Amino acid sequence: MSKFLEVVAGTALATLIALPAVAQTYGLGRPALPEEIAAWDLDVSPDGTGLPEGQGTAENGEMIFSENCASCHGEFAEGVDRWPVLAGGFGTLNRQDPVKTVGSYWPYVSTVWDYVHRSMPFGNAGTLTADDTYAIVAYILYSNDLFEYDAVLSKETFLDVEMPNADGFYEDDRETAEAAFWGQEPCMENCKDSVEITMLATVLDVTPDEAGDEGGDEAAEAPAAAEEVQMAAAEATEEPAPAADADTTAAGAMSEPDPELVAAGEDVFKKCKACHKVGEGAKNGTGPTLNGIVGHSAGANPDFKYSNALKDAAAGGLTWTPEDLAAFLANPKDFMKGTKMSFAGLKKEEDQQAIIAYLSTFP
Amino acid sequence: MDDTSHTNSPSRRRFLGGVALGGMGLVAGRAMAEGHAAGAPDPLITELQDWANGLGDGVDATPYGMPIRFEGDVIRRNVPWLTADPISSINFTPIHALDGTITPQGCAFERHHSGAIELAKEDYRLMINGLVDRPLVFTYADLERFPRVNHVYFCECAANTGMEWAGAQLNGAQFTHGMIHNMEYTGVKLSTLLEEAGVNPEGKWVYVEGADASSNGRSIPLEKAMDDVIVAFKANGEALRKEHGYPVRLVVPGWEGNMWVKWLRRIEVAAQAVESREETSKYTDTMADGTSRKWTWVMDAKSVVTSPSPQMPITHGPGPLVISGMAWSGRGKITRVDVSTDGGMNWQTARLAGEPGNKALTRFYLDTQWDGSEMLLQSRAIDETGYVQPTKEELRAVRGENSVYHNNCIQTWHVKTTGEAENVEVS
Repeated sequence: MSKFLEVVAGTALATLIALPAVAQTYGLGRPALPEEIAAWDLDVSPDGTGLPEGQGTAENGEMIFSENCASCHGEFAEGVDRWPVLAGGFGTLNRQDPVKTVGSYWPYVSTVWDYVHRSMPFGNAGTLTADDTYAIVAYILYSNDLFEYDAVLSKETFLDVEMPNADGFYEDDRETAEAAFWGQEPCMENCKDSVEITMLATVLDVTPDEAGDEGGDEAAEAPAAAEEVQMAAAEATEEPAPAADADTTAAGAMSEPDPELVAAGEDVFKKCKACHKVGEGAKNGTGPTLNGIVGHSAGANPDFKYSNALKDAAAGGLTWTPEDLAAFLANPKDFMKGTKMSFAGLKKEEDQQAIIAYLSTFP
Repeated sequence: MDDTSHTNSPSRRRFLGGVALGGMGLVAGRAMAEGHAAGAPDPLITELQDWANGLGDGVDATPYGMPIRFEGDVIRRNVPWLTADPISSINFTPIHALDGTITPQGCAFERHHSGAIELAKEDYRLMINGLVDRPLVFTYADLERFPRVNHVYFCECAANTGMEWAGAQLNGAQFTHGMIHNMEYTGVKLSTLLEEAGVNPEGKWVYVEGADASSNGRSIPLEKAMDDVIVAFKANGEALRKEHGYPVRLVVPGWEGNMWVKWLRRIEVAAQAVESREETSKYTDTMADGTSRKWTWVMDAKSVVTSPSPQMPITHGPGPLVISGMAWSGRGKITRVDVSTDGGMNWQTARLAGEPGNKALTRFYLDTQWDGSEMLLQSRAIDETGYVQPTKEELRAVRGENSVYHNNCIQTWHVKTTGEAENVEVS
């Protein structure tokens, strides 16, 4: 062995011995500059670490959301097609097919802020300013009834928002909760009395075609589709026909609305304003004008292109009595399968009544 | 010979050939399968064939080769109704048609959150920051100068088999179990890079994120990061494919695929988990009571029979039959796989092909005789921790039906007398 190799071998031995105490380094890479770290280190933690200065309200977030987010998530964060629903779904987590939204499921506001800021909008990520992001997050929270329309979301108010499902998570407990899956010598013979087939995949027929083509029409429909069809059929038969004298009854009932309720309704109507106009000079937009809606026949605006569902209902004699209007507002898609109104609904009965009172002031 | 007769031939067509066989004598059936009259000499043997007469392609014909056209149906497939847009979606490895353990990159499943991006090696930068002595930036060339390791690991999406919680739904092993691949990775241990930057004592987690628009980020406990995680730049001996994170991805052995961040650009040492979108709103497992497990990183032991299966019917009639499948566990090595042909009433221990790898796919075979009767085929994996793959009923009893992720239940294929197979559930 040459002298040089002996030295190398000696050094290597010394390094080996030293390893447990000092990790080996190679002197590779270069220092990350503060500007570089600032450009990439954008993540935000639940305690707000990483949040930049800035602020926003749902009021100004509404337009930003409409422009940047609504094409996939819907004007009211209700979700379009298979894109994520961001609002509603409260109380569904323990049911079949829970609706997991920011409001019903997400445990931290930081996650919403971080994700919107870094990863949204889809196809144009990294373009939202801190103010835009605060405003959009405020609007999403507002859509979930978790934040006031004109309240300011900022670093300072961030931790005040209470997320309903914040305590809904616990760390992986499979090793205790599923301890029975370990250490059992599995049965090899006569393990059951009988074996029956209880379900077949071909019944659903949602498997794409083998040849790798578009998958066919059946495949394009989600398995839930069959369920929806059933529900729609049930609605069509269960929905009571409107009473013939509903028109007069309704007009009478709504003749003198409570001024406080009207004022509250004006406030709630902010959720509707993006699509619906009322008052003098109101024009149809995404939705029809709503002058004279309460107590009158559905589908009566001659210049608006209603959905087939609404046209059918109108032909069937639907009149917007306060009762039916409230039911529609509570859950538009439940009340009228196929409606174009992509609004998730007003959960609170007082909000429904307030809107109706407000609208009744526009005869 | 017709140039297209063998391309993209769906297995259903192959299957029809098999049905015709069922009722015939073995010799006649064989002759029919070989395409000539029983007892007559086979023209493929007695007649001079084009390929035995003329010339084939020269060595310059395919500088980088693709599978021969007869294998054109061994491809990744998408289930369009699963997601809103193929840019943020997943496709499935054709596991039904593969054998052995290594998944070729070209048909290994893809999962993107904002599409597969093109990132050149020259433009690649990896940053380590946070609770470290020396925040560092590495180029691709820097990474190649650290000591390298090679390991085979499976990568399984946590949602694999997730569509089957409420019942048998998709009819094919590719669709029920194809969100998995198994490759040999070459790269640098993450611990090597973290040591280069010097982790501070208060550092308990690393947050890893990708360079694509989704900037998919996950928090990994420091203990795992220092154990077997690899910053990989090669798979199966060649550069990673674009769709798998070229030029650099993270390999997190045994843990859910979402953590294997592609186009890895940043590693932040932190005191706490970031609780990013991918570890709160997604990749958390909701139980029947509405509460949800989080940080369910490890992939439980699991197995599936890949052939026969709905896309791989038996086409040869009664007689010798190879039942083939694969097994894996995120907790270590597979020690045993049992196969049942009667829906779990009786079991036989299958033969493991080769030495089972740690957190890698293991191939199993049951070499058997098929008498032509119906079978309810199942497989059951056991790993070195003593974990026994549960039935769907056992899993549902603990987790309900809304878990979405981590469905590692025993799968059942109903093989009919015709050789055709279907995805079913049994009592």
